[in-house]
Amino acid sequence: MSLRIVVCVKYVPDASGDRGFADDLTVDREGVDGLLSELDEYAVEQALRISEAADGDASVTVLTVGPEDAREAVRKALSMGADAGIHVEDDDLHGSDVMGTSLVVASAVERAGFDLVVCGMASTDGVMGVLPALLAERLGVAQLSLLSEVSVAGGVVSGRRDGDVASEVVEAELPAVVSVTDQSGEARYPSFKGIMAAKKKKVESWDLEELELDAELVGAAGAWTAVDGVEARAARSAGTVVKDEGEGGRGVAEFLASRKFV
Amino acid sequence: MADVLVVVDHVEGSVRKPTLELLTVARRLGTPVAVALGAGAGQTAEVLAGHGASRILVSEASEFADFLVVPKVDAVQRAVELVDPVAVLFVSSGENKEIAARLALRLESGVITDAVDVEAGEDGRPVAVQSAFAASYTTRSRVTRGIPVITVKPNSAPVEPVEGAGAVEELAVDFAAGVRGARVVSRSARESTGRPELTEAAIVVSGGRGLGSGENFALIEALADALGGAVGASRAAVDAGWYPHAHQVGQTGKSVSPQLYIASGISGAIQHRAGMQTSKTIVAINKDAEAPIFDLVDYGVVGDLHTVVPQLTEEVAARKG
Repeated sequence: MSLRIVVCVKYVPDASGDRGFADDLTVDREGVDGLLSELDEYAVEQALRISEAADGDASVTVLTVGPEDAREAVRKALSMGADAGIHVEDDDLHGSDVMGTSLVVASAVERAGFDLVVCGMASTDGVMGVLPALLAERLGVAQLSLLSEVSVAGGVVSGRRDGDVASEVVEAELPAVVSVTDQSGEARYPSFKGIMAAKKKKVESWDLEELELDAELVGAAGAWTAVDGVEARAARSAGTVVKDEGEGGRGVAEFLASRKFV
Repeated sequence: MADVLVVVDHVEGSVRKPTLELLTVARRLGTPVAVALGAGAGQTAEVLAGHGASRILVSEASEFADFLVVPKVDAVQRAVELVDPVAVLFVSSGENKEIAARLALRLESGVITDAVDVEAGEDGRPVAVQSAFAASYTTRSRVTRGIPVITVKPNSAPVEPVEGAGAVEELAVDFAAGVRGARVVSRSARESTGRPELTEAAIVVSGGRGLGSGENFALIEALADALGGAVGASRAAVDAGWYPHAHQVGQTGKSVSPQLYIASGISGAIQHRAGMQTSKTIVAINKDAEAPIFDLVDYGVVGDLHTVVPQLTEEVAARKG
């Protein structure tokens, strides 16, 4: 029995670019370059390591939901070593909130078939960090999230979850949904061979009809939240910057005293 | 007045400060009803009543410790059925956001996470203020369907003591069949440093690559202790193995919003700024005058942190006498 791993990835605006909002208050995708969310690279890495540990008796399918460009995120993951890709694209998805997105991802994961779903801890744009939990709830399977270590053996996925007050060793029977943190292990760079091989790998394209989902359940129409206003944060007024001439520390203390911190 | 359900964050009965802030937020929307889960939940009643909770629903079932996330979703769902609140509020944390999202899905309600403020809108329903794209934007959002489920970041509201009726009730929870899916096999408590928790601290002192070594974090700790603050670290310092990941401030670590943030030897890459830019007062010490962190500061010193920080610590200690 082969282990079917699905990795969920997101194509996000580059954090080093000029991120902003479009007129309809959704994320502006025109004015800034996109890329595979850095936090999802860790998910791809862990999926590949689990697959390698299964001695080839596993498959890694990369899934993304997003506009045309989002295919780039799938390509990157394929060049890292994933086996196949799925890109869910539909104009009616524009404006989806996390509930709509999780519905689409859950439907696609079910259609793809899975034993293990691996996600990053959060996207680097919305940063909610709740999609893995919503997927587990929708799919009716166990959730092991925010893992800093993960492995699969004998039909059980296990890992370590580091919280504020305690570190826990956790496990669940497959099928399951896991999410991994940036502490799980440095993501590999695509090799030249990997990049060439990725060109030959298949990326399936699905739309809402393929997933048998009604358009009114997703997009802005199906969102259960609404953004009413977006404001650019006022630039901080220029502060005082001094050069240390031997009294730098005392200068800070004086400033802190003026603001009543000491 | 309508009830607002507040999910209590506590460690063995000791209520964490962000929950008290949440009670302040809840009172803007209605009458707070608290739900406290897990070992020690019953001991939270007095302090919750002292901050305005009219009722405290308590369950100390062992499921909360033995299995991940789902038992708490079951319990809060039960509390929602009992109370029929106009909103459910959680303190933002990794686990709480997951509980909130799963609860919202079950209630067919929208969920908003990481609010930095919540107000009553014109119709009395909550309007959540969030900070987006490394705090370069502020958004205002509403839940348009169901009972609004909102997670609120620490330091979003003042703590205000006010007497509530504080009636304590046992919450009987029927755990769902799937509750045992994700088991906790073992748990090791983090060693307490005696310092405030990073995300809820009023003052955070952070160190970065400029420290040059893990040993030099002693400079940061000494300043944090002199100010009564928490210690943070940049990703570069954490990746170098100089300080534990639990202290990482930034996009992939914790996001903090203290009254005072002091960055030492941190250049201020966008990923770091994402985690601290909403701090009320920002101070930086860095030898590179061109470091982007200086664009954010209220007060900055261009200089060697190895001399500036110890001098600052000494001066703070002297002033505090």
